[in-house]
Amino acid sequence: MTDSTILEVQDLKTYFFTRRGAVKAVDGIDFSLKKGECLCLVGESGCGKSVTVLSLLRLVAAPGRIVSGQVHYNNVDLVHCSEEKLRGIRGGDIAMIFQDAQSAFNPVLTIGDQIAEQMTIHGSIDRQAVKNKGIELLKEMNIPEPDRVWDSFPHQLSGGMKQRAMIAMSLSCDPKILIADEPTTAVDVTIKAQILDILHTLKEKRGMSLIFVTHDLGIVADIGDRAQVIYGGKSIEMASVSEIINNPGHPYTKGLIACLPDSSTDSERLASIPGTAPNPIDLPEGCPFHPRCAQVMDICRHVVPKQTIISETHTVNCHLFG
Amino acid sequence: MNSMRSTLLSINNLKKYYPVTAGIMQRRIGDVKAVDDVSFTIGDSEILGLVGESGCGKSSLSRSILRLEEPTSGTIIFDGRDITFLGKKDLRALRKEMQIVFQDPDASLDPRMTIGDSIAEALIINSKGTDTEREQRVTELMAQVGLETRYRSHFPHELSGGQKQRVGIARALAVNPRLIIADEPVSALDVSIQAQILNLLQDIQKQLGISYLFVAHDLSVIKHMAHRVAVMYLGKIVEIGDKRDIYANPLHPYTEALMSAVPSIKSKAQGRLLLRGDVPSPLNPPSGCRFHTRCHRVMPICSKEEPQLNELRPDHCVSCHLYR
Repeated sequence: MTDSTILEVQDLKTYFFTRRGAVKAVDGIDFSLKKGECLCLVGESGCGKSVTVLSLLRLVAAPGRIVSGQVHYNNVDLVHCSEEKLRGIRGGDIAMIFQDAQSAFNPVLTIGDQIAEQMTIHGSIDRQAVKNKGIELLKEMNIPEPDRVWDSFPHQLSGGMKQRAMIAMSLSCDPKILIADEPTTAVDVTIKAQILDILHTLKEKRGMSLIFVTHDLGIVADIGDRAQVIYGGKSIEMASVSEIINNPGHPYTKGLIACLPDSSTDSERLASIPGTAPNPIDLPEGCPFHPRCAQVMDICRHVVPKQTIISETHTVNCHLFG
Repeated sequence: MNSMRSTLLSINNLKKYYPVTAGIMQRRIGDVKAVDDVSFTIGDSEILGLVGESGCGKSSLSRSILRLEEPTSGTIIFDGRDITFLGKKDLRALRKEMQIVFQDPDASLDPRMTIGDSIAEALIINSKGTDTEREQRVTELMAQVGLETRYRSHFPHELSGGQKQRVGIARALAVNPRLIIADEPVSALDVSIQAQILNLLQDIQKQLGISYLFVAHDLSVIKHMAHRVAVMYLGKIVEIGDKRDIYANPLHPYTEALMSAVPSIKSKAQGRLLLRGDVPSPLNPPSGCRFHTRCHRVMPICSKEEPQLNELRPDHCVSCHLYR
């Protein structure tokens, strides 16, 4: 763990134990997060990116269980530490925002109550100080009339406004790390741009580290410093964002970029990846991507590829490079 | 507006208002003007892309065209025939010509019907052919949308999202329509699957020469698919015209902001045009130009007078006081 590393994840595995067998949602993810950087976890639905970040704060509910791995933060292993210790960190040093702001708020409490609740749990008791800080945060999120919003109920706010109130809530205890799980998926493009702008400013101004989960490579290019591509619960490529976009190594990453309507000139056919993502209850043997890969070799069907270092900032898990 | 193709569908001053009532007497207190005075045409084998944020009236507009909703006023002319007030019987015949592909393939398929039966249903309703002929047509349709025939006896829950959307497309194609309204057909799908479905829709359009009204909120998808583009804001079309022209040179400040808001792998975000605030409620839209509350180039006249759609260049109309 180097000085600039703030969070380190090693060999994280989270399985869901169902009647039909173990669903290997996360099956060996490693990454480290540096101070002040934005790391994007990229992948399609069901690849395990959300379960990965939920596992970091031990928020996975039964029948899910973290079966192996370590998450190091500040000399504490978040996977194995006591619930009490974790509670101090969760929502405090490491905060999280979700995709659906509507369901992240309690509908019968005001926005203010909910922001205050988090601060009170993490040690602030002076009611007036709590309120002042909360309103200050709402203002920082470019929310008009923050005093009125403080006393509003969630249903009285628009989707974009709720999303911003949720970001304000997550910042109430000055977190060192903010985990954002697809915070812009459910909102419109113009609101999406506002939220990305807010997160970008926060990162710069507060020197906060950001883990950003998304399926949208446009967002990755926009806000990310480094990106990890996840497929079938495994990390398959990790690099700086410019390397991922301009020089992708893994055939899946290449395919993902090629199939964006963005990357083609108009009216020509889009490249596409044949087939569909694997079912995590029945992952293919060897490389999880081999049934859809155009460059599949014999070894891919049997052996899980190991991490290969391409450059100082770029690693790929693929037999083409091994 | 578009001289190259003959017109298949023409919408004139279409309005769709939803009354809002209050109190025990259900007193009418206002209208939600979901579609407010919209006019455009779609040519033969043309793809018109319709873009806008949620609540701008895209879906109300497409449903009104199909007569799934009764338009409040205006006319809808399909193939030279006024269909705005068509009766039930004629409407049924009309539906063979116009079909819709929905956003959520999960919700649009009957979970207790096999894929084969679901596709055949469209043929049965329109009493097309004998049993064996239908069988054959289903096989043909499944091949056309890239579904293996073994899925015929499968149920929707056994299929992936992309495959279900293929079934939705096959159902729409079953009656040989001339116009397909695609209401956000790929927004529920993953990127790698989205590309497959977009290619399929494009192939079908080229093979069969069908016209599409392609509704989406994703500007890069519209850019890829459409020939012409219409941009909607709060029930009104603010800009419409040739795709190349609009993307190369957006005129309306809203179109400009929309284009700059889309995160792209080609450009970094810094210096992007940010819109203030949210879309206002369509129950009580701002006076004058509806966009003036969020516009970065707002002038005094904008809050007073409503701008009209003007043709500034051949096949490129914009409704904005900046261009008078």
